[in-house]
Amino acid sequence: MAATGRILPLALRDASFAAGGRTIIDRMSIEVAAGPSSIILGANGAGKSVLMRLMHGLLAPTAGAVAWNEPDAERRRRLQAMVFQRPVLLRRSALANIVYALKVARIARMERERLAIEALESVGLVHLAQRPARVLSGGEQQRLALARAWALHPEVLFLDEPTASLDPSATREIERVIQAFDASGTKIVMATHNLGQARRLGDEVLFIHQGRLVERAPVEQFFAQPASAEAAAFVKGELPWK
Amino acid sequence: MDSVLQALRGAFGLMLSADRALVEIVWLSLEVSLSAVVFATLLGLPLGAAIAIGRFPGRRAIVVLLNALMGLPPVVVGLFVYLMLSRAGPLGALGLLFTPPAMVIAQSILILPIIAALCRQAVEDAWIEYEEQLRSLGAHGPGAALTLVWDIRFSLLTAILAGLGRASAEVGAVMIVGGNIDGVTRVMTTTIALETSKGDLPLALSLGIVLIALVIALNAVAQVVKDAAQRRYG
Repeated sequence: MAATGRILPLALRDASFAAGGRTIIDRMSIEVAAGPSSIILGANGAGKSVLMRLMHGLLAPTAGAVAWNEPDAERRRRLQAMVFQRPVLLRRSALANIVYALKVARIARMERERLAIEALESVGLVHLAQRPARVLSGGEQQRLALARAWALHPEVLFLDEPTASLDPSATREIERVIQAFDASGTKIVMATHNLGQARRLGDEVLFIHQGRLVERAPVEQFFAQPASAEAAAFVKGELPWK
Repeated sequence: MDSVLQALRGAFGLMLSADRALVEIVWLSLEVSLSAVVFATLLGLPLGAAIAIGRFPGRRAIVVLLNALMGLPPVVVGLFVYLMLSRAGPLGALGLLFTPPAMVIAQSILILPIIAALCRQAVEDAWIEYEEQLRSLGAHGPGAALTLVWDIRFSLLTAILAGLGRASAEVGAVMIVGGNIDGVTRVMTTTIALETSKGDLPLALSLGIVLIALVIALNAVAQVVKDAAQRRYG
């Protein structure tokens, strides 16, 4: 059913992750397909970040399996990217940060700069291309991290609470960029505990509670009629602050 | 007290007159110690980075050993290099004993663990911050290590300066492998030791002042570079 050359769908089969005697992800089976953006929603400590890392391949499951529709690890790596809560940028210019990522991905030298500038344009940072990345503001740094992740036009973009440490206006900017990437056909998988953000950016919600996938539903349905008691409590408990 | 003042007066007189012998000694000291720093840095940074990022059996033991070697006694290093380079030693044919290159070798060995151990710590700390991001981008192995070393290059200056401080201050190693030969292998520290025992305090003191001033100046330059870089790159 998948078109040739696609790495999606991604399937977790009874995937678990335990560390230090504690089970953080408990036998999850999830299929993530191309198309609608998926929001991984849950309280702090529910296992969202670890789940994202299992999907992205930064962690290996301690039981079960994580499988992509693409046997070649190198291609899999190139066609997915991740943006972290706190961006880690190198001590070089904004442009050079993206060029570095393209170099690591073995993009031909003459192509790198063009792609990097395109990526900066997509997040509205071209005017800061030569500015050292580490002296940019928090919001600009996160936009640069998004541009770096997007420079290769990945098929899947994982976002781990990308606005958790940003102010509201920077958050709006980031959300606008994520919406643009979504519209251009990149599959968005984003972890958040922010209900407003889940509504604004999500098509479907995967609700995680204590390392288990409790509920998966279209976003409207999830917020109108959460099927599980845990999700209902989470939606109710969080709403007054959002 | 009088003798100290007299020595000080004599010392400044020597420095102001830029006494030829004095200049030669200072110059050789700088040459030997800076060369040792260059070699130890070229070897020590990659070694430290590899131990920081590598995951191999016995790694913890190597870290402990490396940290311990930071306290290598200069005379022991001198003795070891002496045995290697002496006529009967395995490298005796090179005829390096009692030459400046022998002193460079000894000081390089002495400060290699300092630079490598401090680099290992700095890279390991940075790796905690960078690891996921670099792995996510697909960087790994020596490439990732190199990226990391380059990115924290200004912090690594401190490791290099620690090595330089040790090299320029030690006397035991260069004394043994250099022999403190006048005009050939005589450096500041060996001269200070010799002249003090001979009672020529003005020369010993002026060399002491020059030595300290040079170390302060080199550290000041490094600090300025580091601060400027911090402001520039964040």
